[in-house]
Amino acid sequence: MNYIAHTELEKKEMLKAIGAVSVEDLFRHIPDGLRPKSFNIPEGKSEFDVIEYLKLLSRKNATNLTDFVGGGFYDHYIPAAVDALAGRSEFYTAYTPYQPECSQGWLQAIYEYQTVICELTGLDVSNASLYDGGTALYEAAMMAMRLTGRKKIIVDSGVSLIYRTMLYAYTSNLSIEFVETPVVHGQSCREDIYKHLDDKTAAVIVQNPNFFGAVDDFSDIAQRVHKCGALAIASVYPVSLGMLKSPGEMGIDIATGEGQSLGIPLSFGGPYLGFIAVKKEHMRQLPGRIVGATVDKDNKRGFVLTLQAREQHIRRERATSNICSNEALCALRALIYTSLLGKAGFQELARLNYQKAEFAKATLGNVSGVEVKRSAPTFNEFTVCLPKNADEVVYRMINKGFACGFPLGRFYKGLDNYLLVAVTEKRTKEEIMQFANSLEAALCS
Amino acid sequence: MQLIFEKSRTGRSGFMLPEIDVPVVAGLPEKYCRKQAPSLPEVSELDVVRHFTNLSRLNFSVDTNFYPLGSCTMKYNPKFTEKICALDGFSDLHPLLPQLLGGGMLAQGALEVLYNTERLLSEITGMSAFTTQPLAGAHGELTGVMLIAAYHKYNGEHRKHIIIPDSSHGTNPASAAIAGYNVVVIPTDKDGFLDMQAYKQALNQETAAVMLTCPDTLGIFNPRIKEIADLAHAAGALMYYDGANLNAILGKCRPGDIGFDVIHLNLHKTFATPHGGGGPGAGPVGVCEKLIDFLPISRVIRRSDGTFALDYHKHKSIGYIAPFYGNFGVILKAYAYILRLGKSGLIEASENAVLSANYCLARLRDYYAPAYGKSCMHECVLSAAKQLEQGVHALDIAKYLIDRGFHPPTIYFPMIVKEAMMIEPTETESKETLDAFIEVMIEAASLAKTNPEALHSAPLSMSVKRLDETKAAREPNLRWKPK
Amino acid sequence: MTIPENLLYTKDHEWARLDGDKVTMGITDFAQGSLGDITFIDLPKPGAKVEQSKWCATVESVKAASDVYAPFSGEVLKVNTQLTGHPELVNKSAYDAGWFAVVKISDLEEKNKLMNSTQYKEYIQGLSK
Repeated sequence: MNYIAHTELEKKEMLKAIGAVSVEDLFRHIPDGLRPKSFNIPEGKSEFDVIEYLKLLSRKNATNLTDFVGGGFYDHYIPAAVDALAGRSEFYTAYTPYQPECSQGWLQAIYEYQTVICELTGLDVSNASLYDGGTALYEAAMMAMRLTGRKKIIVDSGVSLIYRTMLYAYTSNLSIEFVETPVVHGQSCREDIYKHLDDKTAAVIVQNPNFFGAVDDFSDIAQRVHKCGALAIASVYPVSLGMLKSPGEMGIDIATGEGQSLGIPLSFGGPYLGFIAVKKEHMRQLPGRIVGATVDKDNKRGFVLTLQAREQHIRRERATSNICSNEALCALRALIYTSLLGKAGFQELARLNYQKAEFAKATLGNVSGVEVKRSAPTFNEFTVCLPKNADEVVYRMINKGFACGFPLGRFYKGLDNYLLVAVTEKRTKEEIMQFANSLEAALCS
Repeated sequence: MQLIFEKSRTGRSGFMLPEIDVPVVAGLPEKYCRKQAPSLPEVSELDVVRHFTNLSRLNFSVDTNFYPLGSCTMKYNPKFTEKICALDGFSDLHPLLPQLLGGGMLAQGALEVLYNTERLLSEITGMSAFTTQPLAGAHGELTGVMLIAAYHKYNGEHRKHIIIPDSSHGTNPASAAIAGYNVVVIPTDKDGFLDMQAYKQALNQETAAVMLTCPDTLGIFNPRIKEIADLAHAAGALMYYDGANLNAILGKCRPGDIGFDVIHLNLHKTFATPHGGGGPGAGPVGVCEKLIDFLPISRVIRRSDGTFALDYHKHKSIGYIAPFYGNFGVILKAYAYILRLGKSGLIEASENAVLSANYCLARLRDYYAPAYGKSCMHECVLSAAKQLEQGVHALDIAKYLIDRGFHPPTIYFPMIVKEAMMIEPTETESKETLDAFIEVMIEAASLAKTNPEALHSAPLSMSVKRLDETKAAREPNLRWKPK
Repeated sequence: MTIPENLLYTKDHEWARLDGDKVTMGITDFAQGSLGDITFIDLPKPGAKVEQSKWCATVESVKAASDVYAPFSGEVLKVNTQLTGHPELVNKSAYDAGWFAVVKISDLEEKNKLMNSTQYKEYIQGLSK
């Protein structure tokens, strides 16, 4: 059984209708010389055997660690209703809603998702999703270059190194000038940004909270950037937007981010969710699918894919992006998640994350030899300086049952003793205190 | 149906967060805080459940309807793969774990999945190595073009354009262009193949690559494909294979053996992972030997002791193209599917996909003009040009199919075929389903002659009638706003 | 389908109305008819330099995006801002309310490369064969 329904008799009937003598006959166009040199694939197994084998592999992955690792990807609780609803196969076995009349469920959901992203970011227009936070940032940079006709981009080094390296990889053939500006006292260095800002600059890219966890208000930067005719781009962490000043309130032109924290499992790096939102005037340069409301013949509200003339299937080499499939099912999860939490719940979630992280800061700060960096305020992630190499401490803490954070020396030179610690609503007071105790022990030994 | 926002009632909530168990301290300074909270809906859990359950019922999907959307391979998605994906050991695994000292040993199962999938895909396609990182087909194309650019650059060459046939997927020219290449478009000849004369003229020292789908988007296998590849190689160009149509040739032919240098696959097509309403997909990229060093980092390697690790030290690599290792959840499902089917099962899949498509073509060819040729591979392209004489467009036939419970084929693609209808039945549909679909297609052809209005007014049975797309584009309304 | 006599035409279906060293331009009735309902028009900015037969605007319909080429080289003096909110004007009135731009011509000789209404009519008839 390989999910094929045709019986031998039916196959014969079909071949007869075709006028072919055998199935092999249908492959006659493939010249003999092009037949496979090998096709050394193991024979199939039963469903049970495959599940058992993969269960075995899944057990080789540690999931019993108490998780304080963030770095842009967070261990938030996912309400059961998210899995139940996104797991409906009327959603997940459909494809891009090219035929609107038989895809109204999907189209309405995407329209609602676009609304959620606009609400979170405080901006006017969003799209049906992008692959992840990194590719979303790349698309934003490309948009800014199209909109301004300029090819210089200033990137704050508080932007995740993962995203910066992705940005550079994608544009390595496009002769773009990138300038990286330093983080000083935890926050973006205005002086340096303004020094490089000129009439060749297409955009300034910042991140909130930045990779070190520091929170910022980029209103001043946005204002200066606009004076130069450039655009301000911010990569943001959506859960923080239950509390933090929104990109729209700061005057940011394009907001992007990773939506994993909105009800999407960590799942070893994907599938995740890239989101993007822009001011209305930049709407026609957006990449990807966009859903719009319209009416049917009877003037009844309905939804369609719209502004498609931007896209690859119409504009081909002149499209705003090459994206076709996006991460619709993850966008649906984010929509269901934010609907369940609701207006008050989403703010409360942000507050919980903030308060627990503040408690962790105070608790870890009491561990002898540990210095919590306090030069800038933080949301749910912060930096601590250890008296030892953080890599080693992380290793020891794994043996004590903690994924205790991300050693910043992996991404930043000279920060070998620094550890980035994330605390979500899932971490209890008890766990935080145990973390501090274990850290104390790990530093002593 | 009302929007979830329209169902909102002030003070209602749908989820309880844990009580705060830590001493509460002062909040952030005001300048960092937002003034206006996001207007998310205020609804109960049941409101949410009913809303999305009812929305789901407004969709056609593989699980509810025949979905012969050409080029998209809407085959059945086996349910057991969902179960695997949901295993805690996979779904709760933090992607940064293997980047911690000693952490790689805590993700051995996941690394083994990636390593084994790469090996299997290499054998299936005849390529030397794969990266599972690209997050969708088009993302794979972009990755592939970046590999091509890196290869030429390394060899000190500045090649400027990529050759693409006019029948290609729109993503091909778009991917080439955003990676910095000019696009040279080659017409299709009268038999539906790449125009060889135009191809030879276009091919020169500035050609970085030739990007092809094989079988092509017209559903036919070009018997001169090897010659095309040899000519490209002689000119120093690389051959790129768009794997959208791999479901036609599993075990019958391998792109690597033909001479393709770079290839992307769509795991959500050939390898049965759900399309998710437009994603997530996955677009792994395979390469020939000489391109391995350029693959994105990190690479999953197998140590001599049988354990797995990540290798970042590849100085020729194009760098990071995804934050981590790809859409792991999707890769996992494809891996499980390949293990389940195995060698014979994969071959059987392609054989039956091709059988079903030829059956549709054979039974419909008297009613709709086939775009090219008498046979096809895994999909067939028909034209409603005959029906257009009665004022009936491919769009009208598509809408009529909806009323009769079938998702329409891909229409108006390939762009070079007038009133195109691209039917890809896949191997998982029964003969009864195909017959029922064929009967309705025949009925539509007959209605085009006798009662075109019946087609123009369709669909009548859905939650909405035909929608005004012009209004949507002229007066963009892209989000809900409170009144 | 109308083809006014007093205008000049390009093979890409743009029209040009000469007035001294200035020219008003747009797309022909045939062009708007084959594009269908026009949903958006991307116009050049006043002050922009355009070149004969090179890009000067893009016209979008629901399922297509078509480039519009300048009938004459020169500098864009003004554009029809009405089209921004009302692209349907091109469908309704291709030669009047649906004009695209006024260009100050840099080389009047370029008119020799354009067709008159009779030639354009024949050209269109040739296309449908």
